[in-house]
Amino acid sequence: MNINFSLLKELVGIYGPASNEKTIREYITKEIKDYVDEIEIDSLGNLIARKKGNGKKIMISAHMDQIGLMVIDIDEKGFLRFTNVGGISPFISISQKVVFENGTVGIIYHEPVDDISKLKLSNMYIDIGAFSKEEAEKKVSIGDICIYKTEFEENENVVFTSYLDDRVGCFIAIEAIKKINNPINDLYFVFSTQEEVGLRGAKTAAYKIDPDIGIALDVTAHGDTPKAKRFAVGLNKGAAIKVKDNSIICHPKIRELLVNIAKENEIPYQMEVLEFGGTDSGAIHVTKEGVPSGVISIPTRYVHSTVEMASKNDIINCLKLLIKFLESEINI
Amino acid sequence: MLLKELTEASGVSGNEKEVRDLIISEIKDYVDSYKIDRLGNIIAYKKGKDIGKKLMITAHMDEVGLMIKDIDKDGFLKFMTVGGIDKRILVSKPVLVGKDKLPGVIGAKPIHLQKPDERTRALNIDELYIDIGARSKEEAERYVSIGDYVIFDSEYVEFGEGLVKAKALDNRVGCSLLIKLIKEIKDLSFYAVFTVMEEVGLVGAGPAAYEVDPDYAIILEGTLCYDMPKLDTHLIPTYLNKGPAISLIDRTTIYNKDFRNKIVEIAKKNNIPYQFRKTSMGGNDSGKIHTTREGSITATISVPCRYIHSPASVMSKKDYDSTFALLKEILYQFEREEI
Amino acid sequence: METKVFLELLSNSKGVSGYEYPLQDTIISAFSKYLDNVSVDKLGNVIGFKKGTYKDNNVKIMIAAHMDEIGLMVKDIEDNGFIRFTNIGGIDPRTILGQEVIVHGVEDLFGVIGSKPPHLQEPSEHNKAIKMEDMIIDTGYPKEKVEELVNIGDPITIRRNVKNLLGNRIAGKALDDRAGVAALYECMKELNKIQHEADIYFVTTVQEEVSMAGALVSSYKINPDIGIAVDVGFGATPELPISTTIELGKGPAITLGGNIHPNLRKKLVDIAKEYNIPSQVEVTPGPTGTDARAMQITRDGIPSLLLSIPLRYMHTSVELLDVEDVRNTGKLLAFFVASISNDNLEGLLCY
Repeated sequence: MNINFSLLKELVGIYGPASNEKTIREYITKEIKDYVDEIEIDSLGNLIARKKGNGKKIMISAHMDQIGLMVIDIDEKGFLRFTNVGGISPFISISQKVVFENGTVGIIYHEPVDDISKLKLSNMYIDIGAFSKEEAEKKVSIGDICIYKTEFEENENVVFTSYLDDRVGCFIAIEAIKKINNPINDLYFVFSTQEEVGLRGAKTAAYKIDPDIGIALDVTAHGDTPKAKRFAVGLNKGAAIKVKDNSIICHPKIRELLVNIAKENEIPYQMEVLEFGGTDSGAIHVTKEGVPSGVISIPTRYVHSTVEMASKNDIINCLKLLIKFLESEINI
Repeated sequence: MLLKELTEASGVSGNEKEVRDLIISEIKDYVDSYKIDRLGNIIAYKKGKDIGKKLMITAHMDEVGLMIKDIDKDGFLKFMTVGGIDKRILVSKPVLVGKDKLPGVIGAKPIHLQKPDERTRALNIDELYIDIGARSKEEAERYVSIGDYVIFDSEYVEFGEGLVKAKALDNRVGCSLLIKLIKEIKDLSFYAVFTVMEEVGLVGAGPAAYEVDPDYAIILEGTLCYDMPKLDTHLIPTYLNKGPAISLIDRTTIYNKDFRNKIVEIAKKNNIPYQFRKTSMGGNDSGKIHTTREGSITATISVPCRYIHSPASVMSKKDYDSTFALLKEILYQFEREEI
Repeated sequence: METKVFLELLSNSKGVSGYEYPLQDTIISAFSKYLDNVSVDKLGNVIGFKKGTYKDNNVKIMIAAHMDEIGLMVKDIEDNGFIRFTNIGGIDPRTILGQEVIVHGVEDLFGVIGSKPPHLQEPSEHNKAIKMEDMIIDTGYPKEKVEELVNIGDPITIRRNVKNLLGNRIAGKALDDRAGVAALYECMKELNKIQHEADIYFVTTVQEEVSMAGALVSSYKINPDIGIAVDVGFGATPELPISTTIELGKGPAITLGGNIHPNLRKKLVDIAKEYNIPSQVEVTPGPTGTDARAMQITRDGIPSLLLSIPLRYMHTSVELLDVEDVRNTGKLLAFFVASISNDNLEGLLCY
């Protein structure tokens, strides 16, 4: 299967921090609207796109929200103070460029501290080059959220950029929407919101859809870099099939089905036991009377940095696995 | 005076009965219906103009406090905290124990008998106990049972320039505002919900929201205020006397931008002072409400309270009044279907 | 069968959170003798139903005990065949060093949890607890053989059979909360002898130790009028303060606190007195760490109760209890649910 990564390059840079996903939602809607039967948007801004079929009702969830920084104060000299939206590391943020919804660009830096290892977000600020509070207030308001400025890079092996988490999941979902014709199952593709702050969008979307099966697409960590914490997943070893993380123990039947499909179709795969973190399936599986759920993970290095890196082969294999899974007869 | 009665009433998380009964007596003649649900939440409904959107306004009834876990062999009462209490504020305070509000004190070792380095260490809950003056375990057991709830002994006092000191301003101030809205708003349909056990994990809010299933919810709170001089402005969550605090983000919700901006617009248009709650610490019932069922759009509006979660929390009457003014204007906008 | 025999059978069986399937048949066949039907839901909860004598729109009572146990999981296989593992549920790493385990792969493999011998440790290391990261499971097989039999993600249990101690006391793994499951069994046996108006749902839930997913979805499905969780409580031992523990042999603890409906609790305490069933008090200010927490906040709220069976050394593989406490818990449950009728429910549930 050959896929064009130029869509992924577009997706990663589109503004959409948790709680403010309007721009990315509109972009994705445009991409998929000719390939789906119904589109709905719920109160939390989830984009729900249905490809009708007769079999099991499957909810496929990829989150479109990004981590970012929310401005909570503008000081007398025009410096912006912020709090985090999702998991932001002070150390990763130093000297990064950020961009606001209206295009205003700034950089993140920190007050001088005696012990850099104790650096906190409250010691840091965003400098947009304004020379006064009034000047800053013309460009930015309290409550505005900025994201890391994105630069997509690729070579024959890998892509690296900010926001593979989880625009790469969205990318795979969009490709699947385009490639699946006459689905045998009833497919609800959900581009969810506010995953980064607690799986909030997936919770309400799953309640609305009430699916038979749930499958999330998200990034997972890596164990294959120098002195990395022990973790069996690495780049270029195949689609990661999740066993567990902190939000879910994946339903064994879903997990086994994914493994069998991978084996039968000669799709390279690896098993993932994650000791922290969560995905949308964590919210989906405890909806109403329970939803057997699993996760297909894209192994990614440096998650929540501006240089998240994934293997192109892994991305293609995750897509293959997803499509084969959605096209199977599933008996749970 | 309503706020005085509310703050002096006893309603530790899980034991809200006295406050619940007081609130019901205040609102029953002003609502079209009310019920007490399976967890003790009050769910009341006022019928007025139907705007095609279900609006829920909510305030939690419970306060942080203590709970007796043991009566020791000499009649001293060991306790645990209910809700987030900084253990350092407990020592040397008077309390009221149980349904009959028996007076007691949380004592401490006299300073004379302490080693110098002891005085720099915070006392652990296990080292504290309540003394009700009992001379033996048997005597204590006649008046107190394991599981009794304990409130701070702190009466409502007006002082300074329009300031109020009381316990439980978080969140009797919210309850008081909601009661006032119930009494004064006549032309709008809305649900008024007084929740239980917010302080121990937003317990009541989820089931209440499940029952009501609102489109919009406004959460009324007393929130933290720390306006020390010479602090960087971004480290000050709210100020006293700068009006109601509108929430941006906290541990449980990122507040809907459009709804929040609309509220700011309303405040500006009506010359009502307002501020933003500049910290993302803490959480409130909105966390559970906005993700229940198919979700809803929420806003949290709070009266700033200094020394929150202590026996002597402090708020400004001016802030209380401007918060109420803002709420009324917001509801008028709902009624005119401009939201 | 005798409740003690059932409890031993349950304790010796395997069922780590998320992998409770091996327990289903044992539980279904034991429950089926006393219930009208037994089924399994989407996440693996076993739900048994016993109809009451009332005709329709009956009071529904759900009694839940979790069948999952804490355990370990294979997370990686070293080049020499040693298995690296992680925990499922709250495990104190100090309690697993030197234990014998069973790795539940394609077949069950015997293994030993080992680490660096003390002779080779620095003196400063001796007083530090060893982290799970630094432990391995030795199955005695080389990597190739291990990889044939074991996959990343396979569950692992401690190899432990129930030990019969003095009197009615037994020790074993997973008594948290197989003791609760046994109490449910005792309850349904008792209910077979007495009339009850209410419909009773006996649920052995999954994944309580990690997320309470089982209690959340089963209580959503059943939507009972009353939810009762049966779990274990901290049994008294010398080093623990008395105020945080309950005593073995003195019956179940009836929890008091925010998670518990006050009026229902009073009724439960009255029933215990009326039928001379020993009971104790346990105080918890807010949500308890049990299925009762999940039940209380499901849908528009479920009035909840919690009974705790006294248990020493919780979350080790030598959890210890008095079987008489299990029997008394079962009996108390039976008499309590039999006392609930369509007539008295409203009064009991009011505030």
